[in-house]
Amino acid sequence: MALLQISEPGESTAPHEHRLAVGIDLGTTNSLVATVRSGQAETLADSEHRHLLPSVVRYLEDSGVIVGTAAHDQATEDPHNTIVSVKRLMGRGVADIRHLGSQLPYEFVDTDTAVPRIRTVAGDVSAVEISAEILKTLKDRAQQSLGGELSGAVITVPAYFDEAQRQATKDAATLAGLNVLRLLNEPTAAAIAYGLDHDAEGVFAIYDLGGGTFDISILRLNKGVFEVLATAGDSALGGDDMDMAIARWLIEQAGLDQNPGPALFRQLMKLARSAKEALTGQEQIELSVALENGQDWSSVLTREQLNALIDPLISKTLSPCRRALRDAGVTVDQINEVVMVGGSTRVLQVRERVRTFFDRDPLVNIDPDKVVAIGAARQADVLAGNKPDDEMLLLDVIPLSLGLETMGGLVEKLIHRNTTIPVAKAQEFTTYKDGQTAMSIHVLQGERETVEDSRSLARFALHDIPPMVAGAARIRVTFQVDADGLLSVTAQEQTSGAQSGIEVKPSYGLTDTEIESMLRDSMDHAQDDMETRRLREQQVEADRVIEALQAAMAEDADDYLDASERQQIEQALQNLIRTRAGSDRPETIKKDIAGLEKVCAAYVERRMNASIQRAMSGHAVSEFDQE
Amino acid sequence: MDLILSSNYFELFELPVDFNIDQQQLTARYRQMQQAVHPDRFVNATDQERRLSVQHAARINEAYETLRDTMQRARYLLSLNQIQLDEQTSSVMDAEFLMHQMELREALSEVRDQTDPLSVTGDILDQVQDWIRQLTGKLMECFAKHDLDAARDVVLQLQFIYKLRQEAESIEAELEDAL
Repeated sequence: MALLQISEPGESTAPHEHRLAVGIDLGTTNSLVATVRSGQAETLADSEHRHLLPSVVRYLEDSGVIVGTAAHDQATEDPHNTIVSVKRLMGRGVADIRHLGSQLPYEFVDTDTAVPRIRTVAGDVSAVEISAEILKTLKDRAQQSLGGELSGAVITVPAYFDEAQRQATKDAATLAGLNVLRLLNEPTAAAIAYGLDHDAEGVFAIYDLGGGTFDISILRLNKGVFEVLATAGDSALGGDDMDMAIARWLIEQAGLDQNPGPALFRQLMKLARSAKEALTGQEQIELSVALENGQDWSSVLTREQLNALIDPLISKTLSPCRRALRDAGVTVDQINEVVMVGGSTRVLQVRERVRTFFDRDPLVNIDPDKVVAIGAARQADVLAGNKPDDEMLLLDVIPLSLGLETMGGLVEKLIHRNTTIPVAKAQEFTTYKDGQTAMSIHVLQGERETVEDSRSLARFALHDIPPMVAGAARIRVTFQVDADGLLSVTAQEQTSGAQSGIEVKPSYGLTDTEIESMLRDSMDHAQDDMETRRLREQQVEADRVIEALQAAMAEDADDYLDASERQQIEQALQNLIRTRAGSDRPETIKKDIAGLEKVCAAYVERRMNASIQRAMSGHAVSEFDQE
Repeated sequence: MDLILSSNYFELFELPVDFNIDQQQLTARYRQMQQAVHPDRFVNATDQERRLSVQHAARINEAYETLRDTMQRARYLLSLNQIQLDEQTSSVMDAEFLMHQMELREALSEVRDQTDPLSVTGDILDQVQDWIRQLTGKLMECFAKHDLDAARDVVLQLQFIYKLRQEAESIEAELEDAL
């Protein structure tokens, strides 16, 4: 139970104050924002009633930025400054990008940092900054539409995203000024949209066919724990390939040049796409193309013909399905529901083949483009505290094992995949030289046993180890993975109790200093705004602490505090209230918050212990009832 | 003193310190506790509470995973009684156990030469499974009699057999893939 959730009647924190919270589906091709209004989860449209925001960002010379449909329409005019599918670059390093390189029209800058940057007319930008522009656009849309400041957002990520990719997503949100309530796995969000979290248990398949990617996830829900059993997919397969197949057919039928110019090709792709969409509602469609000789070619495409054209592509989605089932150790008849996600699952033949494969009707009533955002919005509503009676608790697992580099380039697993998060594991290290005061720890993610085959996450440099003879120092390093799957590390020398300093070098991520400088750059009047922002942050936290503590003290200070403890806390509290009102220096407020936290530590602990005991004893009665 | 961080795993779930555990009660209490401490319940709380919540939730997860699993629970119980399970210094395995283990290993190494390797592997897995059941029963008896040294020997034996089972399962998966 949070301190804040308790409030006295007539106080400023009304218990049922509705907090504005949104769910954001930050997609490869399109992004969406959704919220729960009057009990209904719905996606929010822009001023022109468009719900889908193309995930495209164009940088202009005057350092302006265009996001969405307009940028998408200009992509071919200005390919070097218009970035599409930035999600593919999140949490990736220079070497990965080189791998993707030939397909990308962008110019990458050689930098000495871990994060690759793209050269644009507006300067060099990283994937995190580009994603932040998309998030900012969605945030503005939501604030306009809901008429207020957002208290927080749930942002979805693919289930297979590693720590670096999740961290990059969270960094983008920070840059966009969003308070992240939780990073949620996309398939889990889709399952929540259909209310499958209210089932007691079950195994679900989430079939996600978008414009350019295919993902299949097998989830198991067991007593409130959503576990991703397996994921598989194809990162270069989607609706665009169907359009291509139809366009090829048009070229052949109309006797066009096998290599049409870009303008004609775009026109054919557009025609193909609209034909594909029309054939979900009608049996056949008439298509016509203007030929070079001035005449029009026209013909009819039937649904049957369409099906024959796209069947090979659909078959390509079924082998990952087989693989995922095998990895999950389940058979088709153990699947309780199949959820359809992604615009391409509107194609009737896709639904038919999926129905045949899983031998059951897939769930399709929610718009497949919106289903992930809607699930995220529902989770955001619960997390923001708008549904205090909702007992839903999602427990996630870590998708990939975390390990440490050991001798000979091997990886020792520290936290195994599918362990429920949050999780913390401590490991002891020692020095191997007399007087050694520093050492380095390399953290990796993945299932393979060698450093070479694993994904490097970060190197932690420990320093300030008290000098001792070799092997005498005992440094206890704690690796903690939070509910979002993000890693943090702390270290303590055991014999002296000295807290060792840790310097983190993310292998593919931004350092705190880099994020700070990006925040600064993103503001017009650098120093002032940064200072204002910092002050505002500390004021908000101070208000939170003051309000929560006053409410808690009014309720149970007598139960948990003796007179002198109480006096100490009240003094520190008054101190903070004074500083909050009178100081415009964020450091001073921060210092007083820390001071208050210190004297409150025991009180907060006692309250939390008590709330656990209440939870246990409350249910002990119901356990008894069941017997 | 912080209850969550200082109590042992059994006390944490208000269960008797015993190898024989009521799994349903364990799971029910685990969920009650996560309902109270999970970070999702603290998204609007102060930083201090959020940090504590992550620590507590992690500790409860660790305790649950440890007690839920037979082997981990046995090892944990032994460690509570200051009995270390260092594999290098383990006591001499009894000859009969080593013999039986070696036979199964040999059989496993020869499955690929058999006419129906998959069904032979299946048979071996059945035998391994039987053996695990038998040893787990023995482990329960040892703990019931509070014969912890004997329990430690059984745990060490079980560790060997779990490894054997893992090998057999990966061979089975390979054979299935090759079909």
